Parts: sequence; structure tokens; C-alpha cells
Amino acid sequence: MGLAHYLTLAATLFCIGLFGVVTRRNTIGILLGIELMMNAVNINLVAFARFSGSVPGMVFTVFTICVTVAEAALGLAIVILLFRVRRTVSADHLDLLKG
Amino acid sequence: MVALIPLFPFVGFLVNATCGRRLPKVVSGGLASLAMVAAFAVSALSVWQLAALPVDARAIEQTVYTWIASGDLVLGLTFRVDPLSAVMILVITGIGSLIHIYSTAYMHDEPDSEFARYFSYLNLFAAFMLVLVLGASFVVMFVGWEGVGLCSYLLIGFWFKKKSASDAGKKAFVVNRIGDYAFILGMLLLFTRFGTLDFQGVASAVAGLPPEATFGALSLATLLLFIGATGKSAQIPLYTWLPDAMEGPTPVSALIHAATMVTAGVYMIGRNAVLFSHTPETMMVVAVVGAATALMAGTIGIVQNDIKRVLAYSTVSQLGLMFLAMGVGAFGAGIFHLYTHAFFKALLFLGSGAVIHALHGEQDIRNMGGLKAGLPITYWTFLIGSLAIAGVPGLAGFFSKDEILFETFADGHTVLWVVGALTSLLTATYMFRLVFLTFHGSASAKATADTHDLAWNAGLPSHAHSHGHGAGSHLHDAPPAMAIALVVLALGSVLAGYVGVPHALGGHNQLATWLEPAFEAEHTASATAEVVAPAAEPAGGLQASGEASEESETGEARLELTLMGVSSAIAFLGIGIAAFIWLKRRPSTSSGQVEIADRMAQRFPGLHRLLLNKYYVDEVYDAAVVQPIRIISEEGLWRGFDVRVIDGAVNGAASIVDGGAWMLRRLQTGSVRTYAGSVIFGVTMILGYYLWR
Amino acid sequence: MFNSAFDAIVPLLCVTLAALASMSAEAFRGKGERMPIGGLGIVGLAGAAVSCVLLWNRNTSSFGVIVADNFGLFVTMTLIIVGLLTIMFSSQVLDLHDLPRGEYYTLVLFAIAGMIMMATANDLLVLFIALEIMSLAVYVLTGIRRDDQRSSEAAFKYFLLGAFSSAFFLYGIAFTYGVTGSTRLDRVGTFLAAQSMADNPLLLVALGLLLVGFAFKISAVPFHMWTPDAYEGAPAIVTGFMSTGVKAAAFAAFARVFLSAFEPFSADWAPVVWVIAAATMILGTVVGVAQSNLKRMLAYSSIAHGGYLLVGLVAANQVGKAAILFYLLAYAVTNLAAFGVIAMLGARDRANDELRDYAGLWQSHPALAALMTVCLLSLGGIPPTVGFIGKWYIFSAAVGSGYYGLAIIGVLTSVISVFFYLRVVVMMYMAERDGAPALPRVGAVGMTALAIAIFAIFYLGILPTAVLDLAAASISTIF
Repeated sequence: MGLAHYLTLAATLFCIGLFGVVTRRNTIGILLGIELMMNAVNINLVAFARFSGSVPGMVFTVFTICVTVAEAALGLAIVILLFRVRRTVSADHLDLLKG
Repeated sequence: MVALIPLFPFVGFLVNATCGRRLPKVVSGGLASLAMVAAFAVSALSVWQLAALPVDARAIEQTVYTWIASGDLVLGLTFRVDPLSAVMILVITGIGSLIHIYSTAYMHDEPDSEFARYFSYLNLFAAFMLVLVLGASFVVMFVGWEGVGLCSYLLIGFWFKKKSASDAGKKAFVVNRIGDYAFILGMLLLFTRFGTLDFQGVASAVAGLPPEATFGALSLATLLLFIGATGKSAQIPLYTWLPDAMEGPTPVSALIHAATMVTAGVYMIGRNAVLFSHTPETMMVVAVVGAATALMAGTIGIVQNDIKRVLAYSTVSQLGLMFLAMGVGAFGAGIFHLYTHAFFKALLFLGSGAVIHALHGEQDIRNMGGLKAGLPITYWTFLIGSLAIAGVPGLAGFFSKDEILFETFADGHTVLWVVGALTSLLTATYMFRLVFLTFHGSASAKATADTHDLAWNAGLPSHAHSHGHGAGSHLHDAPPAMAIALVVLALGSVLAGYVGVPHALGGHNQLATWLEPAFEAEHTASATAEVVAPAAEPAGGLQASGEASEESETGEARLELTLMGVSSAIAFLGIGIAAFIWLKRRPSTSSGQVEIADRMAQRFPGLHRLLLNKYYVDEVYDAAVVQPIRIISEEGLWRGFDVRVIDGAVNGAASIVDGGAWMLRRLQTGSVRTYAGSVIFGVTMILGYYLWR
Repeated sequence: MFNSAFDAIVPLLCVTLAALASMSAEAFRGKGERMPIGGLGIVGLAGAAVSCVLLWNRNTSSFGVIVADNFGLFVTMTLIIVGLLTIMFSSQVLDLHDLPRGEYYTLVLFAIAGMIMMATANDLLVLFIALEIMSLAVYVLTGIRRDDQRSSEAAFKYFLLGAFSSAFFLYGIAFTYGVTGSTRLDRVGTFLAAQSMADNPLLLVALGLLLVGFAFKISAVPFHMWTPDAYEGAPAIVTGFMSTGVKAAAFAAFARVFLSAFEPFSADWAPVVWVIAAATMILGTVVGVAQSNLKRMLAYSSIAHGGYLLVGLVAANQVGKAAILFYLLAYAVTNLAAFGVIAMLGARDRANDELRDYAGLWQSHPALAALMTVCLLSLGGIPPTVGFIGKWYIFSAAVGSGYYGLAIIGVLTSVISVFFYLRVVVMMYMAERDGAPALPRVGAVGMTALAIAIFAIFYLGILPTAVLDLAAASISTIF
């Protein structure tokens, strides 16, 4: 298992997340897609750190996990807020603002 | 002290803009006029100082402070009075003062707040115009250039409740933006080429270069500047806004759209005489465009029926003559004509304003007639103005127009001379058509004129009170404030030409001599003086060349006298034609006699229609630019969306902009997934470029 | 100051402490009790400003990851000004909409802290965290009117796309780290300068992804699509705040990363940024023309202004770099003032942000109309306002570096853009109010803030030399 394998895995996961963001109509689904992308990057970071033997990459990963969590929490909060005022969680119905 | 000149009107603007609404009319109008008079006094004083200086050092420069000093550009807010700007500031502040005074009477029926708004715009305009002519560099000039455009546009649309006024404002705005765009680009190009934007700096950098015989960067720069000038000075192809600009109050037409702002393009070329002289190709373009505009506008002017539109086309035509002069290198002649034109055209506009004022908004000359008796002051001053613009010997227009024609001929441009002469003929004809139809004949002629298709109430909404518009019933001639302005300008129209009496008539053409140093680069002028000094008299080239070839001098004088005779004859011929067609056989009440003009219109229906419709230029623009927008907009995008002035400008100017906006707005669907798609598109493009380039 | 390792983060600390203080104040606030929480923020920002002045020219660095060089301090000062003006504009708006004061100010201050951190970060990890601190706070601010459909929709869209682009940005950082073995910008720079990595695909991918991340935050085309929606939906004052603060911070980081660490790769990124800049200027202007909502129109205008800033980045000569800093300050003051006017004219039940709502403003609010006119003319680049000087510098930098195409597009778009700015002016001065409800009065604090902004617009337009020199000096410290 070389670095390339990890990078490929990460890239694949990233693309799956990307696909999820674009195809999902449900806002929660879109959020999950973004989470997947973030975690793919974490794999990348850990792999780079592991293969170059440097610590910062690992530390970095810990930070990004924290940030991702905060982001997810905020995302869910916004979705709940949105559901309260709009009674929908479908991304396609949110087009009051356009043009 | 020079900085005080624009400062006075600016202070006037500040006062009227901030608390003018609470001031009575006497105070706000008086203050505005006073500011202009003060500016005139300071201008006169500076010019007097300037004249006291030796000829080759005639420039008063004042750097208020260093405006921009960073990188490779050091630029002061520098004002500079030299012979050229001296002429300009005198014209602007002098005629400006008169028009301010005139306006206090003309606008008197407006409510206080509107009155103050009017004067604040007018003062602001004057301030910017003075910055434009006093600026010692392109950037400072540009400040004024943008500013006067803004004010002009605000004043055209002053009566914004009238749709035609706001439409005209739009048009002026769009056309001027096109010109400004070219102007900025020209400026940037010059900056990259010479690393300076100071007029003197550019001139002395250019002076060392050989003339650019083929098209190059310099030609491009001057051409771009010239396009900017065509926008501001209403030349082909950007002239269509000026006749429409007559929707503004008449004093505004006199000040901005006849005497000062529209001459900015001419001034700009004069200011950069050295630069333009080095690009003969551009000069040729300038001359041809000028001549073509002069002729075309003249032919249109002869069939217009709105008193102000006739004058507007006449302005376009006269500006064309000035550009012709600039183009053949007769910078002095062009500025001379600018200066005399300012007098008589302002006079004519103010006179027409007095007529409109007396007739409560009537502007159609077919509904006028016989006003001579009722409006004596207006009539006589208007007549003087018409004689002056027609080029009758002895009046201001004669000397300046003649000098342009002579220089054109002497420079070898026979065709352009013919065009210029024809334009003079047309000028005399349409001006006297105006005089005869308006002031002569019988007042009742209007009864037969059933053609009310022109909106006669387009002038002054506030005058449209119950008086009706009957000519001759109870006319009141210009009130004192208006009369003063008319009389002073009439005097000017007679006398202004005497500063430029040509040598051929035994004069000294002081104006040309005075202006000469302004058209040369400062350093080269002194350099050549050093070289020439041992050989000839240090006094300058004029005298030296005069002595060197006295024989050719007399030959030239004879030619000039001949041409002068020709143009005088042309002037009288034009007046004669006008008298023959429109004076002698004016139809009386119900004689059924067909007027000569009508007969001619019948004989050449196509030509008449072509002229009446202004060569269909507006229609072509309409079809090519405005209609596509309208079609797009009727799709529903703009429905229920009526912004009075600029909205349509946006429509009219740039179909591409709107079409693009329309398409791109549809991309902004509101769906977050589309937006994510756009991001992915961007990522793909960038990564694709990097990985597969 | 203390001459310790903490020097460089003192401005950051001041703002953060102020944020924490306002949060605690809110927590201990009795029901219905009014506390001067905004005052806390002003004190914190003032402290940060003082420390910036003291740190000037000292070029300090904390732990190697936050550097208080003149460049960072100049941007920090800009951000502090943005913060102060925002707080001054806000108080009236908060009262009007019954927004939670403490939370609002806390979020604004945290956002500013994140922005300052972005402007001074010297490490990609710190940069990412700063970006997230800023972004999370701004997402919440966008949706702070919780009962408003548009506000929450705007927050949702902004958040979703922001998080999405963060993923790309983070991916870019990961690749950079993988190739160069470090996240410290100075080390990345030395590494890239020392080795010929020109054709390393991983590095090019890293470059591209970082570009995407920054382009999103400065709303460059085609990553701009969130901007109009988020700007229209957010409360006007928040829009003003994020259109200036976020853009300034993101641009500072963008410039620092691309003009120092990735400078050796400028041949690779300059063409891409060229295209993005051109597209951004054109799209922002063209679509802006067709808008009838003032906030949306200014959103497109701010997209276009991002394009002008990118021109400075592409030109990247001494003039261009200084022009970026100057333009950021100019744009921040002007745009924030314009949004301040919109915010303060909003009524409780009516946003009053449609173009028609401004009809006849001159009659009812003459002073406000005049101030708004100045802002709009400055945005349009009409002399003698600061907008003209800023644009002039940007375009002359572009021409000086031989980017004639960009200069031509830039001039053309700024000429066109005057149409839509003047449309508002025309509305205010040349239209009649058609029966719409009267606009509210504007409070003293807000007017003071506006007066300050207008003074700055004219001061920087008429006497720009001192600030331009500062900007030039700031640039020389790092690039």
C-alpha cells in the first residue's frame, strides 16, 4: 500500500461527496456529501503525514475534524431553522432569491 | 489665485445645494450669479497678470497640492492659465455670469426648491467647466470632463416629469459615456507611452518625435481622444444627443449646449495641438469629420421647425467648422471661432428663450410670426446674433469663420473649403429663415398653420398657465435681467471679432498672436528660440517669417481678400435666399398661395423628407440598438419597472449588456445545486487547464 | 510593546477578548436590561487599532504562524474600520428588528477576529482555521433574522456553498502540504523557489484548488453565484459587513499566498486569474445593470469590484500591489457606507431596498440622499472621490505591466457600471414618491458613522498620497 493508494481512495471519496452534493435534493443529503468531502481530505492529510513522517499533518487533521464538526453543527442548525420558517428541507424549493 | 476661479462657483453650489431650499429666490439666484461674477473678476485679473508677462513665459501655474504621488506618477492638482485657457475662462465666466443673471428671470416661476436646485447645478457645472479648462494635466481635465457631463445630464433632465426631457437626458448620458470610454483609453495609452499626463510634459515629449506618418500608437491615442471629443462636442457619429438636449431649460442650452461644454472637445484638441500635429492621419480625420458634420447639420437645420432645434443643429454645424479648423492645423482660427460663437450662439439661444418665454412655451416657428413689434429688444438682439453667425462683414462671426475658411483653403484642402463655404451659405439661410418666420410676416399666419404635431408645450411646464399661446395678444418683452444679458451679448457679437482682424484687412490678429505660444511645446519653443536667436530677431518666428517672404505675404493677403469677398457674398446670398423663400411670399391668411418653400418641398419630396427626418440617423440607431432591447424587455423582465432617466439609457446604449444580463440572470436560478454546479464547472476548468494544457 | 512572542497577536487578542466580553455580558444580562454591548466592541477594536499603530514597522511574528508585518497591519486597520463602522450602523438596525444584541455583536467581533487572523496568517492551517472562524460567524449573521424567509434561505445557501468551497480549499492545502512538506507559507515559498517543480501535477492541482477557495470567498466568477442571493437575503448591514470585511480579509490572504509563497508559479496562475478577473468584471457589471433591488445590484457591483482587485493581483507590479491595498480600503469604506444607508432606511415590516423605494429620497432625507450619491459616485469611480483614485491605480498598474486587455475591459465595465449607480441617484433626485410609506428617520450614531465614511471618501479621493504611501510601504515588507 503506497501513498498513491491512499490518495486515490481520498480522491474517490471526495468525488463521491461531490456527486452527493450535486445530485441530492434533500439538504441533509447535501450536508452529508460535504462531510464526506472534508473527510476525504483528512485521509489525504493523514496519508501525507504518515509517508513523510512529519507530525504537523496529523495535528492539522485534528483541527480540521474539529472545524468540520462545528460546521456540521451549524449546518444542521440552519437546516432546522429553515424547516421552521419554510416547512421544507428540499434544496430545490429554496428559490425565493434568484436572478 | 487661479484656484479661486473654480472655487467661487463651487462654493455657490455648496450653499445652494445644502440650504438653497430654504432661501428665497433672490438670495439663491443672486448668490449663484454673484459667484460667477466673482469668478469672472478673478479670471480677468489673472488674464491681466498673464498679459503682463513676457510672451514666451506666459503661463501662471498654481499647484494647489500634490494630488497623487506614488509609483511612477506624480500628479498635482495643478491649474494653469496660459493664453488658451485665458480665452476659455473669460468666455466661461463672462458668458456664464450673463446666463446666470438671465436665468434669475427665466426660471422665476419655478418653486423655491427647484429654483435652488437649478442654480446649484448651474454653479456646479461652471466649477467643473473651469476645472476642465484650467487643468494642467489630462487627469485634472478629466475631473472636469466627467463633472460637466454629469451636470449637463442633470440639467437636460431638469424637468424630469416630462418624458421627452428624461429621454433626452438618457440619450446624452449614453452617448457621452461612449465618448468618455474612448477618452480614458486614449489617456491610459498616452500614459504608458510617455509616463506623464501633464499637457506640457506630453507636448515636449512629442515635440522631439517626428510626425507619425503611418498609423501607430500615437495615432491611436489621438484618435481615441478625438472620439471622446466627438461625444462631448456632438460630432459625427456621436452628435444625436445635442438636438435632444434642447429639452433642458433654454439658458442651459445657451450655456452648456452652445457656448461652453460642447466646445470642450475643440478646446481639448487645441490644448494638445502639439500632440495632434504629430499625427497627420488623425488630423485628417478630424478635419473631414468636422466638415461633414458641419454640412450635414446645416442641411438638417434648414428644415427644422422647432426654434431651439434649429439653433441646436446650427451649433452642431458650427462646432463642425471648429473641428475643421483644428483638423487643418489652424488651431488659432478654431479657438477664435469658438470664442466668437460663444457670444452669438448664447445670444441666439437667450433670444429664443425670450421668445419662448413671451409665447408661454411655444417653440414651433410655424406658429410664430410678426413678433418684431411686440418684442423689440429680443428682435434687434436676435437679428444682430443672426447677422453675426451668418458671417456678415464687420460682425464677430465674419472674422472667425473667414479665418477658418482661409486657413482651410491655404492649407490646400479645396474640397473641405467648398464644404465649409456651403455650410456658411446654409448657416445664413437657416438663420434668416428663423428670423423671418419668427419675427416678420403677420402674426395671424399661425392661424393657417394647422400643423401642431410638434409638442408646443415642450418648453416650460410652469408657463403653461391659462394664458394660452396666442402670439401677439399681450406680449411682454424680456424682463430687465434677461434684457441686460441680451444687450451685452449683442454688443459682444458685434465687437468680439475685432481682436482677430486679419492682417489682410490691416489688422494685427491679436488673438492669433496671443494664442500662438499655447500651441507649442514649452521647451521646444525656447530651444528653437535659442537656435534662431543668432540668425534672426529673438522676437519670434512670426515677424521673421513675415520679413523673409514679403512677396508671398502680399499674395496671401490677396488670396485672403478674395476669399473674404467670396464668403461675404455667400453670407448675403444666404440671407437673400431666405428672404426670397420665407419673407417675400409668406402666405397670408387664406390666399391659398403656395409658399416657395412648400413648392420646393413638393418638387423634391424625397430630399425634403430626408432632411426633415434628420437623415434617419435616429431611426437607424433606434432600429439597431433600441429596438432589440425593447423586444428583449417586453419578454417581461423590465415590466413594471420604470426608472425615469437612466433606465432607458441602459436599454438604448448597450443591447449586448442587456441581452447578456438577461441570459446570465437566467443562469442565476436560485437553486443551490446549480450554484454548486457552477463551482464544479470552475474547478474543472481550472484543473483541466493545469493538467491537460 | 512587550517584546514577547505574543506581540503579533495583540490586535487579534483585543478583538477576541471584546467578543468574549460581549458574549458574557449577554449571558448575564437581565431581561429587558439594556447594556452598551456595542461599546465593548468599540473599545476592543480601538485597542486593536492602537496595538496596530504600535506594531507598525516592527515586523513581529508570533510562533511563526501569525505575522504582524505592515501588510497584515494595513489590512487589519482596514478591517478595524469596517468593524467600527458596522457597529455604529448596527445599533439602530438591532433596535428596529429586535435582534439579539449580544449575539450579534459577539458574532461580528468573532468574524473580525477571524478576518484579522486571515490577514496575518503565515501558515495554511492557521489560514484555514481563520477562514472558518470568519465564515461560521458570517453564516450565522446572514441568517440572524430568524423569522425572515429570505434571511434564512440566504444563510442556508451561503453556508452550503461556503462549506463546499472550504472542502476544495482544504484539499488544496492538503496537496500543498503533501508536496512541500510544510504548511508554513515562508517554507512553502522557499521550497518552491529552490526546486523546479514546474510540472508537478500535484502541485498544480494544489494551486488550482487554493485558487478556487480564494475565488469563492472574493466571489469571483464562476464561484460567485452565492453572492447575490446571500447579499440580498441578509440584513443590509450584515451585507455591508460581509461584502467589505470578508472580501478584504480573503483578498489579503489571497495576495499573501499567491504573491509570496506561490510567486515562483506566477506564470501558472496569472493567466487563470486573468480570465477570472475579466469574467468577474464583465459579469458583475452586465448583470448588475438589470437589477431592480438595490442590495442585489450592489451585490453584483461588489462582484465587479472583486474583479478590479484581481486586476491588481494579476498586474502584480509595485503599483498594482499597493493599489490592491488602497482599493480594499477605498471599497470597504464606500460600500459599507452605501449599505449603511440602505440598512438605516429599512423599516420594521418593509426592507425598503427596492430601487423604487428611493424615489424622491431627496425630498424627505436630503442629507442622506447626498451622502448616498457620494457613495455611489465613488463606487462608479467618478473623481474626485476615492473610487476614482483606486480605479486609476489599478488600471495604470495593469497597463504598466502590459495587461492592456484587462485595462480595456476594466475601463469599459466601470464606464458601464456608472449606469446603475446613477440610476439610483436619478431615482433619489428625479422621481416622485408614489404613495409608498414614508421612510424612517435615521439616528444620530448612524449619521455620525456615515459622516465619517463620507469624509474618508473625500479625504482619500482628494489627498490620497499619505495613505498610498502607507500602502506602498506595507507592500514592500513582504513581497
